[in-house]
Amino acid sequence: MAKKMIKILVLLAALSFMYLPIGILAVYSFTDSTTIGAIRGLSLDNYITLFTTPELRDMIVGTFALALLSAIIATFLGTLGAIGSFYSKRVVKNTMNSINNIPIVNADVVTGFSICVLLIIVVGMNKDTFIPLVIGHVTLCAPFVYTSVIPKLKQMDNSLYEAALDLGASSTKALTKVVIPQIIPGIISGFMLAITLSLDDYFITTYTKPASFDTVSTYVVNATRGSQTSIKTALWALSTIIFVLVIIFVIVMNITAGKSEEE
Amino acid sequence: MKHNSFFRRYLGIPYIIYLVLFVVMPLFVLIYYAFTGRDGSFTVKNFIGFFTQSNTLGTLFYSVVLAFTTTVVCLLVAYPVAYILATSSLKKKSVILMAFVMPMWINFTLRITALKEILTLIEHNLAFHPFINSVIGMTYDFLPFMIMPIYNVIMGIDKSLTEAAGDLGASTLQSFTKVVLPLSVPGIISGVTMVFLPSMTNYVVLDMLYNSTYIMGSLIGSYFSAYDWHNGSMISIVLLVIILLMTALTGKKDGKGDGKKKEAYV
Repeated sequence: MAKKMIKILVLLAALSFMYLPIGILAVYSFTDSTTIGAIRGLSLDNYITLFTTPELRDMIVGTFALALLSAIIATFLGTLGAIGSFYSKRVVKNTMNSINNIPIVNADVVTGFSICVLLIIVVGMNKDTFIPLVIGHVTLCAPFVYTSVIPKLKQMDNSLYEAALDLGASSTKALTKVVIPQIIPGIISGFMLAITLSLDDYFITTYTKPASFDTVSTYVVNATRGSQTSIKTALWALSTIIFVLVIIFVIVMNITAGKSEEE
Repeated sequence: MKHNSFFRRYLGIPYIIYLVLFVVMPLFVLIYYAFTGRDGSFTVKNFIGFFTQSNTLGTLFYSVVLAFTTTVVCLLVAYPVAYILATSSLKKKSVILMAFVMPMWINFTLRITALKEILTLIEHNLAFHPFINSVIGMTYDFLPFMIMPIYNVIMGIDKSLTEAAGDLGASTLQSFTKVVLPLSVPGIISGVTMVFLPSMTNYVVLDMLYNSTYIMGSLIGSYFSAYDWHNGSMISIVLLVIILLMTALTGKKDGKGDGKKKEAYV
């Protein structure tokens, strides 16, 4: 019994280390305090500032638009790349796997810096076109889509594709009706991963973004350097909203996962 | 049939072109810039500069010490958590595991902001404890990357092995040190690579905690701000070599080289 208590205490200690800061900040986001300490009074000012300041709104919308666009391109490229690689000769397959691994193991700082030097310094591309930024994010995400899809291709029943062709389906039709449905879980988890990575990125964004554009990451970092307290505390509200959304998402995932297991 | 497999092979071409243009090319550009001067002529000045200047070597040393400490702290926290979770008979195991992964879906700069406020409350002035704060910040940020691979590996250990150890007279402690711990080494290695490398490069965590200390990543950041592409490329190359060495060293024992970060998210 004592052993079990110790185990639970260890888990609780680790969980509180991870959740206390976000939790305390969430509580303070509903007050008019500008630092963590004595609570003066309850207030929704932070949430009002968050939703009414155009700068903040643009930054949030921009972050999600960028993540969505990069994830779509990355999923498209990564999935087709994985299918191509799966059916290629061993040499091509191994080479693709190795190159695909570079951005995965590489530090984001190095990836971002190298793309910046290539596109902006060597090619002379204009940062304001957003092209370097999108390329940077796709380079960050596509390799993860590729690695999510490959295992599903390996598990796939290959004879189904051959059967579809024997029954008169065109290659394109066999691909979209037979191959894609079998690997769709891999594509979806790759896409979700791409969204997460893009939303969380700081380094690649800093090195490739237009000067006037900010994602949540770059904005928060600049805000901690700045002295505008109303912006600083509005970000506490943002953190709380994301926290709550993530919790809801996890609960929904758990319920649906539980249901599909029952079936 | 030959014709059809040809068609499927062609699907990979756009991604191959993409990889060559935006993964391979940037690396060549880095090498080119690292070994040329501002006038574009070949030089080893940047290379020699890195190994002779006290500030770059000092930064490298500091980064390694910081990354090592962070990795050890993460391991000391993550291993018990992963072990308890993997071996427990709790019904809602997956929910608790989810709770450990969930913070990663909240933007890391927002999480570090939260941590900063708490640390400020405790320490008043963050500038006095730069090293400890960095270790706390990095541990806070990277802990899930250590928990997940270790948990997965322990979950994969055949239960009958520990039972057999018990039947043959091993104590719980012995069956842990002789069976579970050695078998969980691949998970530890995979976690170590996922924590060690970001700890050497993620300088934003330090910046946000009002730290004036420098790690390898900060050097790239400051050369970027100074438009010094040549020295920035040199640092990138040095980091890349360290990363490749680490992956080569750990890759064999790890068993699988791909999707390391991925493992932590899924």
